[in-house]
Amino acid sequence: MLTGHRTWVFDQKPVIISTGTVGGPFEAKGALANDFDLLHSDLWLEQDSYEKAHKVLLEEASQKAIEKAGLQKEQIQFFLGGDLINQITPTSFACRTLGTPYLGLFGACSTSMEGLALGAYLVNTKGANYLLTGASSHNTAVEKQFRYPTEYGGQKPPTAQWTVTGAGVALLSDSGEGPRVTSATIGRVIDMGMTDPFNMGGAMAPAAVDTIEAHLTERNLDPSYYDLIVTGDLGHIGRGVSLDLFKKHGTPIREEQYQDCGLMIYREGQPVLSGASGPGCSATVVYGHLLNRMKKGEFKRILVVATGALLSPLSFQQSETIPCIAHAVSIEYGGE
Amino acid sequence: MIFFWAFVVGGLICVIGQIMFDVFKLTPAHTLSTFVVIGALLDGFGLYEPFIDFAGAGATVPITSFGNSLVHGAMAEAEKHGLVGVISGMFEVTSAGISAAIIFGMIGAIFFKPKG
Amino acid sequence: MSNNQKKQLTPVQQEYQDLEKQKETKRPVVKNCIKAFFTGGIICLIGQAIQLFYIYYFDFTDQTAGNPTVGTMIFIAMLLTGFGVYDRIAQFGGAGSAVPVTGFGNAVISACIEHRTEGFVLGVGGNMFKLAGSVILFGTFSAFVIATIKTILIQWGGL
Repeated sequence: MLTGHRTWVFDQKPVIISTGTVGGPFEAKGALANDFDLLHSDLWLEQDSYEKAHKVLLEEASQKAIEKAGLQKEQIQFFLGGDLINQITPTSFACRTLGTPYLGLFGACSTSMEGLALGAYLVNTKGANYLLTGASSHNTAVEKQFRYPTEYGGQKPPTAQWTVTGAGVALLSDSGEGPRVTSATIGRVIDMGMTDPFNMGGAMAPAAVDTIEAHLTERNLDPSYYDLIVTGDLGHIGRGVSLDLFKKHGTPIREEQYQDCGLMIYREGQPVLSGASGPGCSATVVYGHLLNRMKKGEFKRILVVATGALLSPLSFQQSETIPCIAHAVSIEYGGE
Repeated sequence: MIFFWAFVVGGLICVIGQIMFDVFKLTPAHTLSTFVVIGALLDGFGLYEPFIDFAGAGATVPITSFGNSLVHGAMAEAEKHGLVGVISGMFEVTSAGISAAIIFGMIGAIFFKPKG
Repeated sequence: MSNNQKKQLTPVQQEYQDLEKQKETKRPVVKNCIKAFFTGGIICLIGQAIQLFYIYYFDFTDQTAGNPTVGTMIFIAMLLTGFGVYDRIAQFGGAGSAVPVTGFGNAVISACIEHRTEGFVLGVGGNMFKLAGSVILFGTFSAFVIATIKTILIQWGGL
């Protein structure tokens, strides 16, 4: 199963038998609104704090995924997931409701694929029959923690990104119908000395390039093997820089096959500056929109590379640079 | 005429702030703290009062006037009571701004919910 | 600040950063300055009008009208912050809305409103000066230093 230094090839090809995606008001106005199972019209979700609303997003996404698979929550072996909030409390509290044995993860915005990689590993090695994995984020809860109070008049530069309010969850199993997880490459922490917390894309691009190139080398694949290579939230700037890096390294990745979830989820005209971000970004776009397109036959093989910036508000104040990570998971459907 | 200068001077001070944001990449906290210190320094050299006479609200509304008021209050008290006056007099003139911010902050918290 | 304390970059890092700078969307400095100029100018204009209002209708003098003016402007900032308008003005005006005293009010009031979910004592009370605290600190401390030096010079040198 271990191929090369940090890639797993899953011979049992665990199946994603169902997914659940939930979004907020901004996502409801976005380009992919039809691919969400549930959309909310405000950020509070009838809770009395943003953090509690954040928890509800994940609870609902998990319940949807379980419902759609026709299972009971008691049948799920494990839940793997995380978010950006301190001590990943929204995810932990959501699992309190679910009652599933819980493995909390922190990979910032790369958590979705970190969870899918580990989850597929567990299912492939017969460590689990049914497993839930996902990630979530909430725009104002994240702004409150990482940046400024939401009503504060701070001007955002054009390199800034908009955190998605949403949760995406996938239910993995060793058997059944659905897209299959075929391999995963785990990322290393890459730090190019970038310091601007309002320019995440520029900081994360090297990590994405490192993981993608390692994946292709260790699996001995040409990029054309994949119909789509999609990053989590590099945004305009990160996507542009990573394409330059691929050219520089001689990795033949075509612009048309290389997309970014952060650039797909919102429409032109929504004020998202450089693109969307957040663990919920890659989770909702992949588990909703992209898997729907796979099931319609549009893609046979995709490589999802979720990217995360591993800073904290404190590390920035201590003049630390921004280390980043990217995890890649390949998903295939129809056409062995 | 005072309206014209209030507009222009106030606008120009904000432009300096914008340059500190965009060119020097300073945070708002760093920029405003710098402005307050500059205001205090200018009053130390006796330059802020004439500035207010000339520009009116263009000099009293930006946060620089905060630094000016603090030094003013301190000096006024120090004239009467010596060095101790520096500490006791500082907030006499400035108290309106800080009290207002605290009081309206509390009222805001009671009546408003953040909109996002 | 973070730019001033950059750690020593390795050649690989420097090379990457040079590449990234080419792709990075540049901040529209001139446009932002023009917007800041008009936003700040208008806020000061409103302040001037309020000040004259207090002088003519309420018996304040040029010197004392500053206090109710500042109070009124912070009250307006509270309304704009509470109704979710101030952050939109700021995205447009940048320093034009941050530098006037309304920006100070907005900093305190937005922190209060946001942290109400953690209660009034620990949330509102404990977080209200998150953004504005440095202004108060540096204003007070620099005024202390300057006033002390000036007082000593006056007492000794007959300035």
